[in-house]
Amino acid sequence: MGVNYRTDRDGAESVVSEIERDGGEAIVLAADVADRDAPDTLFGALESHFDGPVLALVNNAGISRDDLTPSLGDEEWDAVLQTDLTAAFRLTRRALRPMLRARTGRIVNISSIAGLRANPGQANYAAAKAGLIALTKTSAVEVARRGVTVNAVAPGLIETEFIGGASKELLDAIPARRIGTPAEVAACVRFLTSDEASYVTGAVLTVDGGLAA
Amino acid sequence: MATITAEQVEGRVVETLASFGPDADQITRDSTFEELDIDSLDLVELAQVVEDDYGVVLKGEDMKELKTVGDAIDLIVSRAE
Repeated sequence: MGVNYRTDRDGAESVVSEIERDGGEAIVLAADVADRDAPDTLFGALESHFDGPVLALVNNAGISRDDLTPSLGDEEWDAVLQTDLTAAFRLTRRALRPMLRARTGRIVNISSIAGLRANPGQANYAAAKAGLIALTKTSAVEVARRGVTVNAVAPGLIETEFIGGASKELLDAIPARRIGTPAEVAACVRFLTSDEASYVTGAVLTVDGGLAA
Repeated sequence: MATITAEQVEGRVVETLASFGPDADQITRDSTFEELDIDSLDLVELAQVVEDDYGVVLKGEDMKELKTVGDAIDLIVSRAE
C-alpha cells in the first residue's frame, strides 16, 4: 500500500507504521496530487516497489479555501478544483489502465456532504465535491463490465484538523448529536475496497450521522 | 525503435481482441468491430496495449473512425513508421 502526503509527513509515517504493525506492507510517498505528473510518479513508484499493478485507489486529498461566492477569488476557486476534483480525475484515469487489464479494481473517491447539500462559504469546495460524485458515477458505469468498481464516500462533520471544533448549534443539527471519527469513514472505505463490495458501484455512501438524510 | 511489421501488429491486435471475447480464428482483417461485438471500452483498451507495445498513441477520435480490424492495423502501422 502507498500512503501519499503533501504536508503531513509524520501523519503518513504513522499510518504506514500502523499498517505494518497489522502485518501489511506500505510505503510513504510524497507528491502534490495537483501536479500534472503526480499520477505517473505515484503509480510508477508503487508498481516498481510492489512489482505489480495497483488495484485500489482512494482519492482522499482535499483542501478548502472558504469564502462567500461574491468575494471568492479565482485563485481560491482554481486551487480547490485542481486538488479536489482534477487530481482525482487524473489519478482515476491512470489507475484504470492496469485495473481494466486485470479485470478487477476498486476506486473510492472521498467526496463530502457539501457536494450533496448547500454549505454557505464553500462554493468552490462544494462544486469540486459534487463534481467528484458525477465523476464517480460516470466512470463507474463506463468500467463496470470489467469488474472495476468506483464509489464515493461523503463524510459529514468528522473530527479532523481540517474541520476544527463544532459549535453546539451545529451539533444540534446532526441527528446523531456528535461529530464522526476518521475511523468511521475509514471503515466505509475499507468495505468499498473489499471483495465483499464487488456489486456496489457508482454509489455514494454518506457517513454523516444522518445530517444529509 | 525496431521496424514493426504489419504481421506483428496484426498478431498483437488479434490476440488482444480475442481476450475481449471473440474466437481468434473468427477475427480477420475484414471483420467489423460491430460483428465481433467489440465495444468502445474494448477499443480504449486496445489503444492502451498499442501504446504500451509500440509507443503509438491513439486517441478516442482515432478509434471512432475505425470500422474493421484491418483499419486498426493499418492505422497502427502507419503511425509507427
